[in-house]
Amino acid sequence: MATQQTTTQNLTLVQAVRDGLYTEMSRDSDVLVLGEDVGKNGGVFRATEGLYDEFGPDRVIDTPLAESGIVGTAIGMAAYGLKPVPEIQFMGFIYPAFDQIVSHAARLRTRSRGRFTCPLVVRAPYGGGIRAPEHHSESKEAFFAHEPGLKVVIPSTPHDTKGLLISAIRDPDPVVFLEPKLIYRAFRGDVPEDDYTVPIGEAAVRREGTDISVFTWGAMTRPTLEAAENLAEAGVDCEVVDLRTMSPLDRETIVESFKKTGRAAVVHEAPKTGGLGGEIASIIQEEALLYQEAPVERIAGFDTPFPLYALEDYYLPSVARVEEGIRNAVEF
Amino acid sequence: MSTLQHDPRDQVRVLDEDGEVVGEIPDLSDGELVEMYRQMRLARHFDKRAVSLQRQGRMGTYPPLSGQEGAQIGSAYALDEDDWLFPSYREHGAGVVRGLPLKQTLLYWMGHEDGNKMDEGVNIFPVAVPISTQILHATGAAWASKLKGENRAFICYFGDGGTSEGDFHEGLNFAGVFDTPNVFFCNNNQWAISVPRERQTASETIAQKAIAYGFDGVQVDGMDPLAVYAVTRAAVEKAKNPEEGQRRPTLVEAVQYRFGAHTTADDPTVYRDAEEVERWKAKDPIPRLEKFLRNTGRLDDEAVDGIRQSVEDEVAEAIREAEAVERPEPSEMFEHVYESLPEDLREQRASLEALREQYGDEAFLRE
Repeated sequence: MATQQTTTQNLTLVQAVRDGLYTEMSRDSDVLVLGEDVGKNGGVFRATEGLYDEFGPDRVIDTPLAESGIVGTAIGMAAYGLKPVPEIQFMGFIYPAFDQIVSHAARLRTRSRGRFTCPLVVRAPYGGGIRAPEHHSESKEAFFAHEPGLKVVIPSTPHDTKGLLISAIRDPDPVVFLEPKLIYRAFRGDVPEDDYTVPIGEAAVRREGTDISVFTWGAMTRPTLEAAENLAEAGVDCEVVDLRTMSPLDRETIVESFKKTGRAAVVHEAPKTGGLGGEIASIIQEEALLYQEAPVERIAGFDTPFPLYALEDYYLPSVARVEEGIRNAVEF
Repeated sequence: MSTLQHDPRDQVRVLDEDGEVVGEIPDLSDGELVEMYRQMRLARHFDKRAVSLQRQGRMGTYPPLSGQEGAQIGSAYALDEDDWLFPSYREHGAGVVRGLPLKQTLLYWMGHEDGNKMDEGVNIFPVAVPISTQILHATGAAWASKLKGENRAFICYFGDGGTSEGDFHEGLNFAGVFDTPNVFFCNNNQWAISVPRERQTASETIAQKAIAYGFDGVQVDGMDPLAVYAVTRAAVEKAKNPEEGQRRPTLVEAVQYRFGAHTTADDPTVYRDAEEVERWKAKDPIPRLEKFLRNTGRLDDEAVDGIRQSVEDEVAEAIREAEAVERPEPSEMFEHVYESLPEDLREQRASLEALREQYGDEAFLRE
């Protein structure tokens, strides 16, 4: 069998976003991006750099400053046969569009009994740790995972970013695609130049282990892996699972990993209460109660508004906090 | 006829670009006029130092205001003692006029919560980073003040981009329906990050949007501090007009230009021409007012030099004070979340303190 030659590029996560958009826009002329400063400026994080020159102002659209307007018109476009990829500049500014996302994008298929669908991807950088101003650091993935009809995706590597973004654009339903901006440029990874997909709804085991299953996503994947390596030196063998899709959760991988280890911790930067850590603990209770040897440890942001940046390092789960939480579960 | 009963497409001006008088000089004393000039110089110098602090890593992302001093100082000057100011996030200059110390503004952009804590008696609402959300708060506060039988004006600042948000429409619509004592002050600086004013709305002016809400809209040269003062003052007086049916809101569109970046995270050379920037710099509000004050004998070299020295000292002192403030205690993030802290939050706070004790602060702080 002939080996297929695939050229790879060494990209950052934000470059992989751009490459995913470029690849899918090249393949499918129905795909377009719209949002604030995505055109001529190439996006405030440069996630759409060069796309305006490549595809023109009808497919890379600088809109007026109005989040509800951006998402609401994207819903109309999607229902009318295009595949819009609206960008919300920061997740903290998504709320004016919340009504459009939850009341309409999520329900258009249901409400019209399948007559209309809403294949759009709302992209937004999210999360803390970049010394950003107020309202620029929140992690509110749980708001959207709570909403039936939406899919919620959070990549943590350049490779997954491109593959998941292409899957999201091809998905027949609305996807909220949250990009961990702390690691937009933190490292590079190999990304195939061709188009490829990473399936929505599948977690990735980043480190195999036998003592405890640690579930995480987005920018928290790195401190979690670092904590796992530190703990390995102390004789604790962690399995680290990067969930990648927050809705629908990959229950099978969660349960399979947990049955192997009997202990679990969840690491997320969103506030603890109402965060997805609780949902993961419930899945374990429902599916693997008899395997459980310790309470599921939640290592999360505190239940306070995200502080201004002088204190953000204390708010976000640090390697030390992750290690401490894992130890609590292991030593129970 | 009031300054406000104007064709909204016809810009109100007092000084031309050379500081020559082309309108009616507002009723301000010599001392007030010179002080207005000093405040503008203070805002400009503060801005320059703040950008430099960010560049040196001594402050986080910062939104510069250079070019917009005329609009900020001219409008804030037109308020009375008891009036209220609802800022967006760029009104550091207007804030100073209304009693907000520069140190506070520095602390906020240095990531300290205390930077957003206005002293009692300072009638300024916290900075609003989300776009145009503050317009509704200003309308609501003005409405409450009216219901309480007070006689105060409420000025609210927002940008040209902000007029595209739904909250702009809702805030102005409520104000028109309930006749709230508001001055809606649009700092039209031509650019919402990279999107030019003409791509923000197909309306010929922003001022004319007021017609749809049923109240006056007036466009003013926002780089002419005296024109801004005159228009804002008339709007403030109208907001407090005791006569039946005369107490009404106003929309002011102050046409101006942001000389620098949207924030220090932005590179405006990507989306606008140097030639355009130079064209607007010719309208710089500071030399314009200075020429007028010199031409009319209100200012000389010696006074200008004294002002330069005083603003440099004032800014240097504010930076010294702000940088002397230590990093807040981590437990402070739990303060003021509620009036009294729920039990589980107490536990979270205690767990953070225990971890700091055990691992030390270096286990938390990233480089």
